[in-house]
Amino acid sequence: MTGSWLITGAMPLGGEPADVLVRDGVIAEIGPGLDAAGSAQTLDAEGLILLPGLVDLHAHLREPGREDAETVATGTAAAALGGFTAVHAMANTDPVADTAGVVEQIWRLGRQAGRCDVQPVGAVTVGLGGSQLAELGAMADSAAGVRLFSDDGRCVHDAVLMRRALEYVRAFGGVIAQHAQEPRLTAGAQVNEGEMSGRLGLTGWPAVAEEAIVARDCLLAAHVGSALHVCHVSTAGSVEIIRWAKSKGWQVTAEVTPHHLLLTEELAAGYDPVFKVNPPLRTADDVAALRAGLADGTIDCVATDHAPHPLEDKETEWQAAAFGMTGLETALRVVHRAMVEPGLLDWAGVADRMSARPAAIGRLAGHGALAAGGPASLVLYDPSPREQVDPAEHASKSRNTPFAGMVLPGRVTATFLRGRPTVLDGKLAW
Amino acid sequence: MNRHLISAGDLSLDDALLILDTAEELASTAERPMKKLPTLRGRTVVNLFYEDSTRTRISFEAAAKRLSADVINFSAKGSSVAKGESLKDTALTLEAMGADAVVIRHGASGAPHRLAGWVRGSVVNAGDGAHEHPTQALLDAFTMRRRLGRIEGLRVTIVGDVLHSRVARSNVLLLSTLGAEVTLVAPPTLLPVAVGGWPCSVGYDLDAALPKADVVMMLRVQQERMNAAYFPSVREYSRRYGLDAARMALLPEHGIVMHPGPMNRGVEIAAEVADSVRSTIVEQVANGVSVRMAVLYLLLGGASETGGQR
Repeated sequence: MTGSWLITGAMPLGGEPADVLVRDGVIAEIGPGLDAAGSAQTLDAEGLILLPGLVDLHAHLREPGREDAETVATGTAAAALGGFTAVHAMANTDPVADTAGVVEQIWRLGRQAGRCDVQPVGAVTVGLGGSQLAELGAMADSAAGVRLFSDDGRCVHDAVLMRRALEYVRAFGGVIAQHAQEPRLTAGAQVNEGEMSGRLGLTGWPAVAEEAIVARDCLLAAHVGSALHVCHVSTAGSVEIIRWAKSKGWQVTAEVTPHHLLLTEELAAGYDPVFKVNPPLRTADDVAALRAGLADGTIDCVATDHAPHPLEDKETEWQAAAFGMTGLETALRVVHRAMVEPGLLDWAGVADRMSARPAAIGRLAGHGALAAGGPASLVLYDPSPREQVDPAEHASKSRNTPFAGMVLPGRVTATFLRGRPTVLDGKLAW
Repeated sequence: MNRHLISAGDLSLDDALLILDTAEELASTAERPMKKLPTLRGRTVVNLFYEDSTRTRISFEAAAKRLSADVINFSAKGSSVAKGESLKDTALTLEAMGADAVVIRHGASGAPHRLAGWVRGSVVNAGDGAHEHPTQALLDAFTMRRRLGRIEGLRVTIVGDVLHSRVARSNVLLLSTLGAEVTLVAPPTLLPVAVGGWPCSVGYDLDAALPKADVVMMLRVQQERMNAAYFPSVREYSRRYGLDAARMALLPEHGIVMHPGPMNRGVEIAAEVADSVRSTIVEQVANGVSVRMAVLYLLLGGASETGGQR
């Protein structure tokens, strides 16, 4: 099924049209007027933008444990439809991915699913409990080759434990991805603390609870000379702190979610928990700062924080509902809308922030580039359509997308993973 | 008027005045030997209470019964709710039973909004979390108007735990619609961080606020706040923000003292203040029935002649 493909007339990184010859899983040639000598299937890609396959540093695939919300199979199908060729699977499964056995299980499930590489993220602490380091070395040495570690969903709030984790993973080139949330400042928190929390009578999640941890962790990372990655940055203050840390030359990277680039806290006004997410939707000023930070590279990449939940966990009172939004299938379109349309990023910039940089942060080989001789993991994106998001069309098992009904630009037309199409004509290829 | 009463902020000036005027008319029926009106005969009002609140529930029950509605009391205790039934399933059950109005009290802010999306009948918010309690604000406004003859231009000082108070939120919204000047007085820890955007002024000094206040409304200090570092001790709170006889003397001669109940005597309000002639606390309870009659009448009564759906 791998076969050979001649993709004609696509615009690599949004540039001048070129043809791409894919053979034996690699990009054999890129250039104008290629001839496949009859042996290849042809894909007319005129008007489509060619990007390297997208890499997500942050997705919740829910397996094992919450297969009612998502499985590795459905999650990777959703990822392929969104143009992704690799996703990092967060560790807050049940059982928690805190041992070599569990991360290998998830890695193997990804291989079986086959539509998208699944790179497990290992938990930093046993059971996400925040008190004892998990066997980080065993996970690094396992078949899954874990390099990114995170207690995502919870913050590693103990400063000593965070310091030790940052130091320890240096031995195998690991990075700690922090969910920055000071727990005491956010007990029972439901929405951004500010005008909306006051009006709605919901407990506030203050920006300072994120910023205080981001600042502390930047200082810790600098002190021990280790790599820190900040998950789902959501406030203008965090962007400033990270900009400052980078100016010092410290090894700090950061991600922002598509929803924090486009949506604001006002959406909570109707108490519909489809807009409930952690960290919460913030203000328009925060959105502007996040966009500017992503544009100037302060924020390295976009990561979805795809967090599927079954209907019954969202069809409830706000404070009883689960936190989280799906995002794999809409991420590129949202970035198109939030970053490309306003002129903040061009398509080369999108490729950098959604493929090259996340692959580099995740220490993931074989992803992130579009070059002759390299793996043919790529996505073709049609920028011209403008269509409503219809969750019923999504391959994710869950329907909790905040973009339902919203008109977004663009459409992922095709995705290739190492030369094999996973998506063709906007639909799963198999 | 809207089909539902969920937020005091949804009421226009005309809506609010209509409710107060209707309540005034209905109040006169309470003085008759035969208190019942036939207005809502055959309509069903469900009191859906997820929190214990005997005072609010019996007030709504009395209001509905005086209008001849059938009343079903659905309490979270001893019902399927205790077995984990979701709000949505409970809503669908009430819908199937033909509830024309659902009066909901719930610990979660926004629960009435969710309910309104699942039932066809009218939803009346009887208090949701730290969000709103619009009929309390209406009965407070009604009480002020009866005692002081007007609301427009009145200076109303609301004192205490504004952060967690649904009564304060609804009162600020309604009283500003009605043209009163509201001042919130509380320790800064018990005010929302963005309170500066509310249609009222804010202060920290009760003694400074009282001489200018036509109305002072004391909010209840919840037991669970007392040990959560919002203030150093109950004694200090009481000393700085409690209303005792000496402080009450700072009010202008016509000034009244309100409290939504239940009171912590000796904490936010001294016993001699609660029982003084300036106190409207017992009247507030009586007025609650009239105001809730008016709300049910206006939400449901209009459709009864035609028997139609809204």
